[in-house]
Amino acid sequence: MTTPTTTPPRTAALDQSDERLRQSEGLRGALKSFLDSVRAGDVGALPVVVGLLLIGTIFQALNPVFLSSGNLVNLILDSCAVGVISLGIVCVLLVGEIDLSVGSVSGFTAAIVAVLFVRHNVNWVLAVLIACVVACVIGLLYGVLLTKFGMPSFVSSLSGLLAFLGLQLALLGTQGSVNLPFDSKIVGFAQLDFVPPWLSYVLAALAAVALFLSGYETMVRRRRANLSARPLNLLVIRSVALLIALELLFWYLNQDRGVGWMVVFFVTLVLALNYAITRTRWGRSLLAVGGNAEAARRSGINVRNVYWSAFVLCSLLAAVGGILAAGRLASANLSSGTGDVNLNAIAAAVIGGTSLFGGRGSAFSALLGTLVIAAIASGLTLLNLDSSYRFVITGLVLAIAVAIDSLARKSRVSHGRA
Amino acid sequence: MTTMPSPTRTTLLSLRGVSKTFGAVNALTDIDLDVDAGEVVAIVGDNGAGKSTLVKVLAGVHQADSGSITFDGSDVQIADPSAAIHLGIATVFQDLSLCENLNVVENLFLGQELSPLRLDEVAMEVRSWELLRQLSAKIPTVRIPIASLSGGQRQTVAIARSLLGDPRVIILDEPTAALGVAQTAEVLDLIERLRERGLGVIMISHNMEDVRAVADRVVVLRLGRNNGEFDAHTVSSSEVVAAITGATDNVVTRRRDRLQNLEEQSGMASSHDGKETT
Repeated sequence: MTTPTTTPPRTAALDQSDERLRQSEGLRGALKSFLDSVRAGDVGALPVVVGLLLIGTIFQALNPVFLSSGNLVNLILDSCAVGVISLGIVCVLLVGEIDLSVGSVSGFTAAIVAVLFVRHNVNWVLAVLIACVVACVIGLLYGVLLTKFGMPSFVSSLSGLLAFLGLQLALLGTQGSVNLPFDSKIVGFAQLDFVPPWLSYVLAALAAVALFLSGYETMVRRRRANLSARPLNLLVIRSVALLIALELLFWYLNQDRGVGWMVVFFVTLVLALNYAITRTRWGRSLLAVGGNAEAARRSGINVRNVYWSAFVLCSLLAAVGGILAAGRLASANLSSGTGDVNLNAIAAAVIGGTSLFGGRGSAFSALLGTLVIAAIASGLTLLNLDSSYRFVITGLVLAIAVAIDSLARKSRVSHGRA
Repeated sequence: MTTMPSPTRTTLLSLRGVSKTFGAVNALTDIDLDVDAGEVVAIVGDNGAGKSTLVKVLAGVHQADSGSITFDGSDVQIADPSAAIHLGIATVFQDLSLCENLNVVENLFLGQELSPLRLDEVAMEVRSWELLRQLSAKIPTVRIPIASLSGGQRQTVAIARSLLGDPRVIILDEPTAALGVAQTAEVLDLIERLRERGLGVIMISHNMEDVRAVADRVVVLRLGRNNGEFDAHTVSSSEVVAAITGATDNVVTRRRDRLQNLEEQSGMASSHDGKETT
């Protein structure tokens, strides 16, 4: 299954020529190097995938409704809003900072949209835009407090948590809640609009083709430059596996209502942020600042702007998540964005494998982590356990995730991969 | 106080009266420095002489309080590190300033990645291998985090990074301190190659052997001030040491004299005939 794109006399590839390097070629080599890196503490998404399988098995055994199409559709829809907020948390964690006010910001911006849209009859697009601008200003404020006043983001966002909760209460006034009409676009998007089944299968196929093409392009370019590349059969297997998994998942969801447009929106955001982090200079500077801010500064990176962009993006995504959450509930009220929203968003990023210590993480951690949290919440609801249990168990899962993060970090240090 | 740069050379970088204070401490006072194209200037001095501060002023990490910096004939302000990089002043810092969580390629191209909106990883990796080959670097793979490399390997990566982007002046702060015998020779060879290519090289070193091996001119700093400038080919070590310590009677000469006396007394010649006496 190997294609000889350019066949120079079989000398070692440019990056494989060092004699100390163990040759890892083909499928077995790829598998072996994956196992090696896990052992050395580069666990990546492995713990969370194992965790999801465990959660699925346990709750399915306790209540057979858990893995039914209907419950999965709800579970996935429920995870979108927190997932979007969690994406923003990934950005600030990557630069080694934290934003504890995402819950309040999401509630505050949801209140802005609801009040403008329902009470003042402002066009919903304009209302959303205004809320997003407010969120950007909030993010910029945290950035300025950090870079100009040296105020740790932990403290500034903790005060922001309280301040924006106050503003949210003031905005909603004595009534305390604004209901969004069911025929509005926001509610429709978050609750009622589903991708037609045929389109969902096409999207799944497109995703698999895109994965293959990008992998193939990289492989051809690397071979042409005489660098080692992933073998073609690995690319094919990877794409076919994704195709089968997605088509099966969509088929299963389509037995019920199907795939919500909000889910497509969330996944698109994840892919976009993943691209931005891994394939752009901005993403590289996020990681650099999180790893060693002074070294990044000396490399000519404008560290201040990197911090600002991370905080602005975090608040903006918190606003988008808040608006989606309001749409899902068809209301913005006093409890929007309060309770466990904050902690869930942060926990999701960490559970998914983004390090609290900065400089390490990925956009997919938000996706996987939110799924874990939504699965636990849904499973416990099905068991008729009240929220006290949910809090305890979510807290435990977060503790385990941080422990894994710290252990993996220790292991990386001892294996020289920190 | 001898060397005059030969008239054909052009002065690339020139400092006049540069001062820098940290609180009540005058780290640099009225520093003058000239670097010509195709010249290696060694800056030597004791601990606390202001060498690293001078490097940081030139690299844009610190800003000078007063004085003027002329680069390529025009007055410049080096407000931040990116300004220095844009001018063409590349610096290898003593602490190397690498990001441990990023791999070799990512560190080499940090801040100057190819095609910012769609990083060209293949081209960057190929260029990285070229650079590392050029330095005879012993790095098995460029896709591992800097954290897994040894001190000497990191030093090579830091030097390789300074060569990216075609600088006009390269500043090396203690470039051979962490290196093995072979790598030290490679770095000295490299400095000579840089000189042949017409770059200005500023090298900070405690190692007089390295200085005499490659430098054209030796500039001595003492307590934040200029304290002598020598032609590296003709000056003797003791002259430089005297300038570094500020006197002909200093701890180094006293030690040498004491050892010589001992030898004479015991009649054992040559066993302590160290480098200081040459």
